[in-house]
This record gives sequence, C-alpha cells and structure tokens, in this order.
Amino acid sequence: MELVEKLLAGERLALSRAITIVENERAEAEHIMQAIYPHCGRAIVIGITGSPGAGKSTLVDKIAFEYRKQGKTIGIIAVDPTSPFTGGAILGDRLRMSSLSTDKAVFIRSMGTRGSLGGVSIKTADAIKLMDAFGKDVIIVETVGVGQSETEIMKHADVTAVVCVPGMGDDIQAIKAGIMEIADILVVNKADRDGVDKLMRELQMLVELNHSLGGRIIPICKTIATTDAGIAEFNQMVDDFFAESQQNGELALRRSRRRRQELIERIRDHAAKRVQAIIATAVLADTVKALEAGTRDIYSVQQEIEQRLFK
Amino acid sequence: MENIRVLVAKPGLDGHDRGAKIIARSFRDAGFEVIYTGLRQTPEEIVEAALQEDANVVALSLLSGAHNTLFPKIVKMLHAAGMTDVLIIGGGVIPEEDIPGLKAAGVAAIFTPGTPTAEPIAFIKEFFADK
Repeated sequence: MELVEKLLAGERLALSRAITIVENERAEAEHIMQAIYPHCGRAIVIGITGSPGAGKSTLVDKIAFEYRKQGKTIGIIAVDPTSPFTGGAILGDRLRMSSLSTDKAVFIRSMGTRGSLGGVSIKTADAIKLMDAFGKDVIIVETVGVGQSETEIMKHADVTAVVCVPGMGDDIQAIKAGIMEIADILVVNKADRDGVDKLMRELQMLVELNHSLGGRIIPICKTIATTDAGIAEFNQMVDDFFAESQQNGELALRRSRRRRQELIERIRDHAAKRVQAIIATAVLADTVKALEAGTRDIYSVQQEIEQRLFK
Repeated sequence: MENIRVLVAKPGLDGHDRGAKIIARSFRDAGFEVIYTGLRQTPEEIVEAALQEDANVVALSLLSGAHNTLFPKIVKMLHAAGMTDVLIIGGGVIPEEDIPGLKAAGVAAIFTPGTPTAEPIAFIKEFFADK
C-alpha cells in the first residue's frame, strides 16, 4: 500500500492522512494498521493529564522543546472534547504549542473525542501507533481536562504524568480516588502561585501513604511551564521512570496488558455499533417504539435483542 | 460520518481575533472540528498546522490589509506541501476590488464584514456535500 510506504519513509502528509483515515474509520484503516504494526514499539509514550486550565498544553510544548534539544523527534496528540450536541469541537491545544510550530521534527495532531462508543481511546491508540511507526522517538498524549475518562490515558502511555495546580482547594479530594492513582509522576504546575506549599504538602502526604502501602515513591515535579522552570527535571524523571520500568519488567507488563485491553475495547466498540444497527432495523421497529413509549419494559426488550445478537 | 476539519488561522500582524473566535465558535456549532491556531501566524506556521492536522478547510481571517500578499502565498505553499484538495476561504476587511484577484489565486470564497456566519458554513457544507 502506497500510503503506508510513504508513511514509513517519513512523509509527513502520509502520516497526517493515515491518522484521518483511522479517525474516520474508513475501510482501509485496518489494512494500514496491520501494515504498520510491526514497526511499532520503539517510541516512549508519555501521557499528560490533569484538570482543565492546569497548563497541560503549555507543559507539553515545553517538554517537547526540551526533548528537541537532545535531538529527539516528537509526536504530540492533543485531545479536546467534542460537543455531544453538534459533533463539533474547538481544538485549541495547538495554540499553546507555538515554540514547535515550524519544527519539522515535531508533529502535532489535535483530536476531538467524537462519538461515545469508546472510540476515542481506540483512535488515540491508533494515532500513537502511526506516529510510532513513522519513527517518532517520543510521543506525548495530552488528554482532555478533568473527568473519569482521564484514567484512560494510563492504558496507552508508558509513563503517565498528572498535572495539578495550586488553589484547587477541595478538588484535591475528588482526584485522590481517580486520577491520582494513575500518576507515575506528579506535576505541580504554576508553582509560582499562592497555595503551592499547601498543595505540595498534600501531595507528599499522598505519596508517603502510597509508599507505606507498598507502592513506589511517586516523584513530584514543580514546574512553571511559562518560564521553563522544572521542565528539564521533569524530562529526567520521565527518562528515569522509563529506564527503571524497562529494567524491572514494568514496561513489558504494561504493554502486554495494553494489547489485551485494546483488543477488548475494539471488540466492544464493534459490538456496540452492531447493537445500534440491530436496534435500527425494521424488524425491531415496533418493539423499540413500545419501549420508547414506556409500554414495554427495558429488560424484556433487552433479552429479545440479545437473543438476536448472540444467536 | 466524517467530520469536516477546519483550520481557523490569523496570518499577519493584526491583533484582532474576535471575528476569528466568533467564526470558530459558529463552525463548532455547525458540527465542524475547528483547529484554532491563534494570532500572528506566519504562512509557514499555517501551512504546517494544516498539514499536520489534515485540515479539509483553511479559513483565513485577516484585517491588516496584507491579504493580497499573504493569501496567495499561503495557497501556493499549501499546494506545494501536497495539500491540493484543501478548501481555502478568507474573511476580514477586504475591499471588493481585491476579491477577483484572490479568487484567481485560489481562495475559493471571501467573506467580508457583516456576513452572517451561516454563509461560510453553508458554503463549506455545500463544498463537501458530495464528498
């Protein structure tokens, strides 16, 4: 396939077009992914997550710039939310990545979350693989701001950084259960702001508690992305973590778990689409109408449809 | 369904992006994926962004008067980068007499101040209706 050859040869438009094909679930997507699959696995994948306005995009810009000083090539995937009402989106992360805007060794792709059938994470995973096969040394994935789906990133990244900012107050409670658990590195961005000491204390407590329960000591990195402060240190932490996890088998474990997880997600996604197609068929029109009108219960309708699905 | 991806860019030196933001928001509400690149973009930056984002549409907003230089330059560079199928439209304070020249240079449509946002939306939708 011509497009794959061009992509593997380093043609950037081919990479761009390939991501579009995958994102739009065109028929040729599977062939492309199969063809590039053997070329995957060389890049370090860094996931950056955190609440909206935490400074993720600016941080990504600076992290990438720092890696560029070492001559590493960079792929960036920046995810922003899609409107559930119109399907439209404003993808604005690129706006903050101006220091990379004409560096041809940096490829930035913005993605909307689009549909709700779990597709976003599959498509992100495919975009990562395309950039990996293309030959990027480091791939940085920036998630959408806050939400439960933020933990999704750990399924795709080799190293996950959770970005916090001072002054979130009680919000820290909310994230303790969810995204704090997935952090390999904690970042305290906007570290020149009021409340940074309080936040550091809270995070240190969290880290110590985690350690006392048998977990590893999660490093905390203070950054001020707008002035580059702490960026070199952050990259060092990433490299250290990557080297460590390569050595102790954690990386291999994560990657094998990821493959299994992705398989399940793909099949679930296909199944969900089939369910929607089945529900839309004429045979079931009356049943669905009765359900919508409230004259039939959900459970018996579910049974009826599942009999068709799994027969 | 495939989403239409629109790069909204402001080439040149004017610092007024209210119009661009309004159009970006209207495009979003029309169901487009809008990649917003911000102020004071060079043609190189715009072409890079369009290429990496695989934009279907490049929507240029310009109020500085440099449209006769910058728009054709961007069109040429996009084509040179292999993006020959991208729809390029422009908006801003652009005198009527400049429009034919810009169209000849490859800008598909120009929308001047006072144009309802529905117009460029309809134009884009129509362009992609049979694609």
